[in-house]
Amino acid sequence: MVNVQQYETVFIINPALSEEQTKETVEKFRKYLTDNGSTLIHEDNIGLKPLAYPIQKKNSGYYYLIEFTAPTTLIKTLAIEYTRDEKIMRQLTTALDKHAVAYNEKRRQGLIGKKRNEEAK
Amino acid sequence: MRKQSNTMLVNEPVHKQELKKKYCRFRKHGIRYVDYKDPEFLLKFINEQGKILPRRLTGTSLKFQRKVAVAVKRARHLAILPFVADGLK
Repeated sequence: MVNVQQYETVFIINPALSEEQTKETVEKFRKYLTDNGSTLIHEDNIGLKPLAYPIQKKNSGYYYLIEFTAPTTLIKTLAIEYTRDEKIMRQLTTALDKHAVAYNEKRRQGLIGKKRNEEAK
Repeated sequence: MRKQSNTMLVNEPVHKQELKKKYCRFRKHGIRYVDYKDPEFLLKFINEQGKILPRRLTGTSLKFQRKVAVAVKRARHLAILPFVADGLK
């Protein structure tokens, strides 16, 4: 059985694109993931956000987050797919360990939110 | 000048605030994962220029200082945190 792992990928799409072009890019990567035997757990359309420093002369970017489980071999080809698509300005795919998975779970139920930040003070 | 004055200086504790016991907030509050997408939390661990604060100032334990460092570097990669900044807070 192929070793299946849990991952989280965040990518920034060029803000100069029109609405449906951004949607189409997001759709393209979602399809790429589901076609290659990965199941999407959670998607977060963070949307347009200002960047901390300009990337490719742009000061804002369209962030999109996908949390999925996938066979380990898929990640390398996913990275190549990202670099091939010039609409994507930057991407980061991270493996999730059990604490990260628990954290994301709690965050979705809204437990983390403000409470943890106060508690961590 | 009689000798008595400088003995008085010797037992004067030099820095009051350093005596406050530092604790690792991750162990105290049971936080196990540092989320690189959450800037408010990460801002506590970097100074005004955007540099990562050393453990002797934040008091975090080694294990979590490494997690914080990795998270801050990932946040910088995704332009959530700047590499260099002035007056970040």
